[in-house]
Amino acid sequence: MRERTLRVDYLARVEGEGALHLRLRKGEAVEARLEIFEPPRLFEGFLRGRACTEVPDLTARICGICPASYQMSSTQALEAALGLEVEPAVRDLRRLLHLGEWIESHALHVYLLHAPDFLGFDDAIRLARQAPDPVRRGLRLKKLGNAVMRSVGGREIHPLNPCVGGFYRAPEREDLVALLPELEWALEAARETVRWVAGFTFPELERPYEFVALRHPQEYPVNEGRVVSSEGLDIPVAEYEEHFEEEQVPHSTALRSRLRERGAYLVGPLARLNLNADRLSPPAREALEEAGVEVPIRNPFRSIVARSVELVEAVAGVMVLIERYRPPERPRLPVPEALPEAVVGHGCTEAPRGILYHRYRVGADGLVEEARIVPPTAQNQASIEEDLRSLAPALAGMDRAEATWLCEQAIRNYDPCMSCSAHFLTLTLEEG
Amino acid sequence: MSDPRNGKRPRPKLAVWKLASCDGCQLSLLDCEDELLAVAGAVEIASFPEVSRAEIAGPYDVSLVEGSITTPHDLERIQEVRRQSRVLVAIGACATAGGIQALRNFADVQGLVGAVYGRPEYIRTLERSTPVSDHVPVDYELRGCPISKAQLLELVTALLAGRAPDLPTSSLCQECKQMGVVCVMVAHGTPCLGPVTQAGCGALCPALGRGCFGCFGPMEAPNPDSLAARWRELGLTPEAVERGFHTFNAWAEPFRDVARREDGR
Repeated sequence: MRERTLRVDYLARVEGEGALHLRLRKGEAVEARLEIFEPPRLFEGFLRGRACTEVPDLTARICGICPASYQMSSTQALEAALGLEVEPAVRDLRRLLHLGEWIESHALHVYLLHAPDFLGFDDAIRLARQAPDPVRRGLRLKKLGNAVMRSVGGREIHPLNPCVGGFYRAPEREDLVALLPELEWALEAARETVRWVAGFTFPELERPYEFVALRHPQEYPVNEGRVVSSEGLDIPVAEYEEHFEEEQVPHSTALRSRLRERGAYLVGPLARLNLNADRLSPPAREALEEAGVEVPIRNPFRSIVARSVELVEAVAGVMVLIERYRPPERPRLPVPEALPEAVVGHGCTEAPRGILYHRYRVGADGLVEEARIVPPTAQNQASIEEDLRSLAPALAGMDRAEATWLCEQAIRNYDPCMSCSAHFLTLTLEEG
Repeated sequence: MSDPRNGKRPRPKLAVWKLASCDGCQLSLLDCEDELLAVAGAVEIASFPEVSRAEIAGPYDVSLVEGSITTPHDLERIQEVRRQSRVLVAIGACATAGGIQALRNFADVQGLVGAVYGRPEYIRTLERSTPVSDHVPVDYELRGCPISKAQLLELVTALLAGRAPDLPTSSLCQECKQMGVVCVMVAHGTPCLGPVTQAGCGALCPALGRGCFGCFGPMEAPNPDSLAARWRELGLTPEAVERGFHTFNAWAEPFRDVARREDGR
């Protein structure tokens, strides 16, 4: 019996530390493991006893790639708990910050981390020696995303302006308007990105995923919405834990999420686009149509196309928000220091990699009693492993180097972030 | 050994390593968008898993290390990184002070792990999160949560030129004054860590009207007790004072000790 083991001890071009282990026998996978060995950082543990106002500064440190998403999910959850409702201009600023993060993170992933796979390069630096123009375009897009984040958040990595109740200081209108000329360039550059990646050759793989994303009545989902799925799930964020559970597996420091009734599911750009294509702005819809891609996309390797369409959506969204921006009258609502009783709040926003769920219980003394954080990569982990299993027949005919690269690429489809996922928390056990 | 592509002398080999951290400090290197390709041309990126699947064996001329030591495995890895590196630079609050995960150092870690994990036996973690310099000699440190891109470029440039990098050791207040920002503590009574925190960020928080929360860790020879006393005069409880010092650089000695003294109050 011919058995072959593929192993990558340290996955490259993902955020954080992970390994891959795949055991194949007769064209079938007998074992498929994404091993996340990122050291656990125990965030939920030390969030206990902290004041609500300190939480966004702390949760930002879970991830350097998507800190604003952590701030947005945690501020929303805490505001829900405390009964704070921000004014529409503050809500717009949050969306602006978050879309800036999408631009930065998506440009990073598309150009520097993922595209080299499709073009046969070890990295974007080697790619740039052969084809400098696309890499420079990617870096310029990424820089613009950072500029948006800095204008609203004060800093691109670990923004320091967002807080529970809003923002410490509202940006000046002229500082945001100054970004518009570069955004004009970026809109075309993002559309060019879609054309570029749509022309790549994609390995064949289609799977019947259950896609999960937020859905908003009018907008492409970023900061708000109900949690919906392609199999008919449609719940308010506060009911998240009634439908989703986490299990701990020995080979990973990240918990794996599953839908209680149905198991693995997929979050991220592919899920968002498949569930919300009808909410795309006109430029993003045109870019999707121009690429000749039909939704739903069920080939995970085409996630780079979905991510690029979202680049267009994010740039277009930022432009709309800047054009209508007027500084909020009250950028920051006061946060009560004490409460009549303990309260609970839930928050869920769309991080670049997918939905990011937070729940906090706050005591009457205004301090966090319990925190729960479910990051996108932990939610995708089961799906990633099922993708690897599904690739087994294709791998059988490949040499080891080729097969290994394809498996790595299949993992990079998800833009997984190990730093995010390995911080742990309470879980539901599946014994046996 | 000459570079086969152009016959010039070999470029210095740069490696980037990650321990327990959020990836943000490595991302700072990628965030040098305008300079990134120039840096990549001036050095040979020999090992940088976040960016490349290519890996060139050591030894390395320069290693940048992000993250703190929290596992037995990382304890071994840092020794190996040191052996392989001519110059070792610890980057960011995790690598220079144990980072935010050092908040565990003030708690019973086994209790913490048991409380948060259903299967704590799967988890291998050390009692404490510690900076790189606790375990191996470090040549330079870049502070910050995250580090400053400008300081990173200064460091890389200095190492390429064979000179010492020019990095500040003074307080954030000095930077804040240079920026012309009104003092949030004097004018508004907002607790601020600026007087004891090392400069480097550009006084971003006071410019937004909030107090500094200490991303860059303690400055050279700070007086944190005096600042803590002032915060109590502003109405903070001892617990709130402790939490103020207990963030990303909580395990840096001057901040750690203030917290302990507040505990005993």
